[in-house]
Amino acid sequence: MDEPRPTPYLQIRHLRKTFRTFVALEDISLEVYPGEFICFLGPSGCGKTTLLRCIAGLEEQDAGEIIQDGRDISRLPASQRDFGIVFQSYALFPNLTAAKNIAYGLENMKLPRAQIQARVQELLELVGLSDFAHKYPAQLSGGQQQRVALARALALSPGLLLLDEPLSALDARVRAGLRTELALLQRRIGVTTIMVTHDQEEALTLADRIVVMDHGTIQQIGTPHEVYRYPRTPFVANFIGEMNFLVGVVAGQGWVQCGAHQLRVSRLNGLAQGTSVKLAIRPEDIVIPTAAPAENTLSARVQHHEFLGAFYRLRLAAEELNFILDLPMAQARDLDLTRQDLLPVHLPADFLHVYPS
Amino acid sequence: MKLTQLFILIALLGLALSAGAALAQGSDSGTLTVYTALEDDQIQAYLAPFNAKYPNITVNIVRDSTGVITARLLAEKDNPQADLIWGLAATSLLILDQEGMLEPYAPAGLEEIDPRFRDSREVPTWVGIDAYETAFCVNTIEIERLGLPMPESWGDLIKPEYEGYIVMPNPNSSGTGFLSVAAVLQMAGADGSIQTLIGENAAEVQELPSGEAVNELPGWSYLDALDKNIAVYTHSGSKPCRMAGAGEYPIGISFGYRAIRQARSGEPIVGVWPAEGSGWDLEANALMKKAEINPAAYTFLDWAISEEAMTLYAANFPITGLDTGLPVPEGYPENAVDLLIKNDLYWAAANREVILAEWLKRYDAKSEPR
Amino acid sequence: MTTISTTPPSWLAAKRKAARALNTEVWLMRGLILLSGAFLVTFVLLPLYELIRRSMENRQGEFVGLENYLQYFSTPALAQSFANSLYISAMSTLITVTLAFVFAYALTRTCMPFKNVLRTLALLPIFAPSLLHGIAFIYLFGNQGIFTNGVFNFLLRLIGGYDIRAVPPLPFEIQFNINLYKEPTGIILAEVFYLFPHVLLILMVALSLADARLYEAATALRASRWRTFLTVTLPGARYGIISACFVAFTLVITDFGIPKVIGDGVSVLATDIYKQVIGQQNFFMGSTVSVLLLTPTIIGFAIDRFAQRRQVAMLSARAVPYQPKPNPTLDRLMLAFCILVVLAILLVIGTALIASVVNVWPYRLELSGRHYDFSKVAGGGLDAYWNSLRMAGLTAVFGTIIVFVSAYMIEKGRGLGKTRAALYFLSTLPVALPGLVLGLAYIFFFNRPANPLYFLYGTMPILVLSTIVHFYTVSFFTATTALKQMDREFEAVSASLAVPFYRTFWRVTVPVSLPAILEIGIYYFVNALTTVSAVIFLYSANLKLASIMIVNMDDAGDTAPAAAMSMLLFFTGIGVRLLYELVTRGLKQRTQVWRQR
Repeated sequence: MDEPRPTPYLQIRHLRKTFRTFVALEDISLEVYPGEFICFLGPSGCGKTTLLRCIAGLEEQDAGEIIQDGRDISRLPASQRDFGIVFQSYALFPNLTAAKNIAYGLENMKLPRAQIQARVQELLELVGLSDFAHKYPAQLSGGQQQRVALARALALSPGLLLLDEPLSALDARVRAGLRTELALLQRRIGVTTIMVTHDQEEALTLADRIVVMDHGTIQQIGTPHEVYRYPRTPFVANFIGEMNFLVGVVAGQGWVQCGAHQLRVSRLNGLAQGTSVKLAIRPEDIVIPTAAPAENTLSARVQHHEFLGAFYRLRLAAEELNFILDLPMAQARDLDLTRQDLLPVHLPADFLHVYPS
Repeated sequence: MKLTQLFILIALLGLALSAGAALAQGSDSGTLTVYTALEDDQIQAYLAPFNAKYPNITVNIVRDSTGVITARLLAEKDNPQADLIWGLAATSLLILDQEGMLEPYAPAGLEEIDPRFRDSREVPTWVGIDAYETAFCVNTIEIERLGLPMPESWGDLIKPEYEGYIVMPNPNSSGTGFLSVAAVLQMAGADGSIQTLIGENAAEVQELPSGEAVNELPGWSYLDALDKNIAVYTHSGSKPCRMAGAGEYPIGISFGYRAIRQARSGEPIVGVWPAEGSGWDLEANALMKKAEINPAAYTFLDWAISEEAMTLYAANFPITGLDTGLPVPEGYPENAVDLLIKNDLYWAAANREVILAEWLKRYDAKSEPR
Repeated sequence: MTTISTTPPSWLAAKRKAARALNTEVWLMRGLILLSGAFLVTFVLLPLYELIRRSMENRQGEFVGLENYLQYFSTPALAQSFANSLYISAMSTLITVTLAFVFAYALTRTCMPFKNVLRTLALLPIFAPSLLHGIAFIYLFGNQGIFTNGVFNFLLRLIGGYDIRAVPPLPFEIQFNINLYKEPTGIILAEVFYLFPHVLLILMVALSLADARLYEAATALRASRWRTFLTVTLPGARYGIISACFVAFTLVITDFGIPKVIGDGVSVLATDIYKQVIGQQNFFMGSTVSVLLLTPTIIGFAIDRFAQRRQVAMLSARAVPYQPKPNPTLDRLMLAFCILVVLAILLVIGTALIASVVNVWPYRLELSGRHYDFSKVAGGGLDAYWNSLRMAGLTAVFGTIIVFVSAYMIEKGRGLGKTRAALYFLSTLPVALPGLVLGLAYIFFFNRPANPLYFLYGTMPILVLSTIVHFYTVSFFTATTALKQMDREFEAVSASLAVPFYRTFWRVTVPVSLPAILEIGIYYFVNALTTVSAVIFLYSANLKLASIMIVNMDDAGDTAPAAAMSMLLFFTGIGVRLLYELVTRGLKQRTQVWRQR
C-alpha cells in the first residue's frame, strides 16, 4: 500500500462546517487521486452530503481548505469550480428534452451548433439513450432520467464528477444494473469521481477507496478490502458487513478474557492489561475446525440456522457468548445441522479485532 | 420558446416606453390645482363660464367627498399640492386654519358677502359661497306602505312609531352627521326637547359651555331618545338619503341638496326641513399657504365669489354668500334662509373632540352585532 | 480511454471564459437581491415606518409612546371593533377556504366536465370593483332586496312592470331576511364572494402540481380515496392552504370597501380607520388602528414560516404529473357543487347588471341603457377609463416582473441569507396594509420635497407603484408557491455547468412557472382596474381613474351609473382576459408540452 502515488487531484484540509449549533463536519482532511472513484459512506446525518456540497461550493465551509488540481477553490462559488454533479432527484429541467438537458452547459459556451450536436450525440450514445433524445424527463423512466443526468454532468468533461446518492431512488433491479454501468463508464472515461451513498454494497462494489463517515468525522479511509478486512473502529466494523461483537477484558500480552473463555488475539494495539475491550469477528471468519481442537476453540450450541443459498447462517451460543457463523455450503454438506448438537468453533486470532470499549 | 421570449420582450419594451411617457406627463406646473368637495355635476356647470372668461388658465380639479379631501389636504400639509380650495365645508377649513395651512386673502368683492358667510377676521382665511343644511329625506312610498305620518320636526323623530325607521350619519365619520348633532346640542332646551330657534316665536339661544361641560348639555337626552328610533348610523352623510331613496329605510337625516337632487332623478323622496330649524355649514373657499403662490389662484378666488359665480351656485342652493335675489331652486322651501338656526361654527369646531367622544360612548353600541 | 475523456482545447478555453464571466454573475445576483430589497424598503418599509411613527404621536405631532393604543383599547366601542374584525375575518376565511378548496380540488383532481367554463365563471368576481358586490348585496339582501321582499314578488315587478305597492303577498315565495345592515352575516357573505377567486387562485396553483407516483403508491397500498386525500393530497397542498388562509384573513380584516357599503351597523377595524382618518382627520389614531391591523399578519407570518420549513419540493424532476382518473360518482358530485357555487356568483353579478340598467331601484324597474352613457358624466368618464386601462397595463407588466424576480431572488438566490429572510417578511407585509393606510403613508412619505423620490408624487408611476405594492403579497405567494414546487437543485446544476443563474432563470424557471406568471399578470391587471382605496389619495388632478369615479358617482347617489361604470370595468377585465387567453393559448401549448406524460 506504500507504493508512490501521483499528486492528489483534490485535497481537503481541516474542513469544518456547522449549522448553528450542529457540527456537520469536524476537521475533515482527505486526498483524492486522479481517476479515483471515491465513496463517502455513512448513515444519514453523518455529514457525507454536506462534505460533497462543500466540495461543489454549494455550501460554504466555516474553516479549512479545498484544493482542486493545484488550485485553491475554497472560497470560489460553485459556478467557478470544475465539476459535474448528479443529484438524488437528478434535477433535470422538466421543460427541456433529454438532448437539450445535456446540451444545456454546452450552449452557454457559444460553441458552434454542429459541435454541440456532435457532443450531445456522443454523450447520448455513451449512456445508451440515442433513441430518447427528444423525450421530456417526464416521459422517461427513472433509470433513463438518471442516465440523462449523468450525461449532462459529463457534458463539459469536468475534472471531477460528484454523485449525490444517484441510485437511491431507483428500484433494486435497475439499481444493480446501473451500478455496473456506472462503474464501467467511470473506468472508461477515467474521470475522478466522488459518490455519496448510504448503501455499503454500492460503496464496496464501486469505490477504489471508501471514506466511512459518522457524526461529521471520518472514521476510516481505505480500499473496500481494507475497510472490510481491517475496520479501524467498531463503528466501521458494524456499519460495513456483518460483525460479531464479544465483550471482554485484556488478560495479558495477546490474551483477552471473554466470559469463561480466554481468547488469543494477534493485535492488541498496545492495550494494557485490565482494559475493557470489544472483540469483533466476521461470521465468515469463524470456522468449524476439522482437526483437533486448538486454542480459541469453543464449544457452541446451534440455536437456529438459515439457508442463504451459497451458505448457511448459524446462530450459536457458547455459554454466555452469542454469535453468528456463516458456513460455506461445501462444508455444511458434511455436517448434520438438524442435530441440536455441540459444535466446536474456532475464532482465528488473526481475524479477531480488538477495540477499547 | 423563442416566441415566448420575443413576446415578453416586446411587451416589456412597449410598456417601458409608455411608463416614460406617463412620467413626463405627471409633472404639470403652471396650471391651477383646485381641491373641492363640490358635486361633480355642479363643477361642470360652474367651471364653464370661468374657462370661457380665462382661457389661459387651466383648472385641474381634484374632487372627492369632504372627509377624503380634508384628510388629503392635511396629509399633504408638508408640501401642499393644491393652490386653492373651492367649496369645502367651513368646519374642515377651520381645522386647516388651525394647522396654519391657509393664507389670509381678501378676494375682490368681499364686502358684498354676508358677514355670517366669512371668517370674521378682517383679512379672512376663508369665504363661504353657499350653505347646506340639515334636512330629512323621506320616502313617500315607504311611509305610505308603513302607514307612518310624515315627520315634520325634530320632535316628531323621537315618537315611538318611527322606531327602527330612521337612519342618520355617524358623526364620527361624517361631517353632515356632526353638523346635525352639533345643531341638536345647541337647540335643546333645559328639558331636553328641541326648541324652535327660527321664526317669530324663536326661543332664546342658550349659553354654550365648553370642555367637559358639553357632556351635560340637555341635548344629549334628546339624542338618547332619537337613538332608540335609529336603525343604523351610516358612515357617510349622503347615505341616509340614498338609503331612503332606495327604500332601505323610510327616513334619513341628511342635508337639503341631497333630497332635492334625488327627487329630481326620480326617486320618491321629499325633503323635510325640521320645523324647529336646521343646523348648517358652509361651503367655502380658501387660499393655500405655499412658498410660491400661484397668481392665477387670486384670479380664481376673486371670480369664485363674484356675482356671476354666485348666480351659478344659486341654481343649486337657496342660500348663497351673496344674495342673488334669484328664486330658490325647485324643491326648496321659499323661506330657506329663515330655516337656519343661529349656528356657532366656532363652538362646534372647538368642542368637536369632546362631543364625538361622548357620542361614541353613548351610541356606538349600535355598531355592535346583536 | 476513449476520445470521450479528452477535452478539446477549444472547450477548455471557452469554459474558462464562461467561468470568468460568472464572477460578474455573483455580483449581479447580490445586486438584484439588494435591488429587490431597495424596492421593498422604499415602498413598504419606509412608508410603514412613517405610519408607526405617527401612531405614537398626538394631534400636535409630539411623541406620546403607546398612549394612543391604550386609549383605543380603553374605549369599549372601539375594542368591540377589534372583536368584530376577528370574528368576521375568521368566519369568512373558514367558509371561503373550504369552498375554494373543494372547488380547486374538483378542477385539478377530478375528471369533472366543463372545467374550463366553471373555472372561468368562478373567477368572475375578481373582475368586479368591490363596490359592485356592495350594490348587489343591497339589491339582494337589503330591506328592499330581492330575497327580503321575495323573489317572485321581484320577478312580477320586473317582468310585469307592477308597482311595488300593487303586488300583494304571494302564496309561494322565496323570502328571507339576513338583516343586512345590523348583523355581520351580510359582511361575511359579501367577503366570501370577494375572497373566493383570490383564494381559488392560490389553491389551484397548490393543487395543480402533484406527483402522480404518490397517488399510485397510495393505490398500491390499498388506501381508500379518503385516506389518500388525507395523507397525500392535504399534506401536499398544506403550504397552499396555509397561504390561502393567511391571505384570506388579512384581506378581510383590511377590507374596508364592503363594510363601508353594507356594514354601517357593524363596526370593524378597517372602518374605524375610515372614521378616524376621513371622519375626524385623526391621522394618529388612524395610524394606531392600522398598526393593530398588522398583528394578525405577524402571527400569520410566524405560522407561514413554520409551515414552510416543513415544505418539501413537490415537483422534483422525477415527479410524474398527476392526471386524474374518471370516477363517475365523485365527478358528478363535484360538478353539482361547482355549479351551485357558480350559480351563486352569477346571481350576484347578474344583480349588479340589473342594478346598472333599471331606471329607479326599487320603484321603477323598467330597463334602460341610459346609465351607460358616460359622455355626460362629470370629469370626463372615458378619459378616466383610458387612464385606468393604462394604469392597469403598466401595473400588470411591471408588477409581474418585480414580483417574480424578487420572489426568485428570495427563494432561490444564494448568499445574503439574512437579507433574504428579511425580504420575505417584507413581502408578506403589504397584504396587511389597508389601501387607505397605504395611500396615506405614501403621501406622508413621498410628498416631501426632501425625499429624493418626491418627483414621483402625483404621477402615473406612483399610482402604478402603490398598486403593485397593494397587491404584492398575493402575487408574491403565487410566485413563491410555484417556485417552491421546483427542484431546489436546478441552480446548483446550472452552476456546475458554468451557466449563469439568469440564463437558467430565463430558460427553465420562467417557462416552468409560466402559468403562475401569467396568473400574476392578470391578477394585477384586474385589481389595478378596480382598485380604489390606495389610489384615492394619490391620483392627481389630471390623472383620474374610473374606479374612483365609480365611488364618487355612488357617493353622489348615482348608483345606477356607478353600477354601469363598474360593469364596464368588469367587461373590460373579462375582455382582456379572453384576448390574453387567445394570444397565450398557442404559447402555453408550446411551452407546456413537457407536462404531458
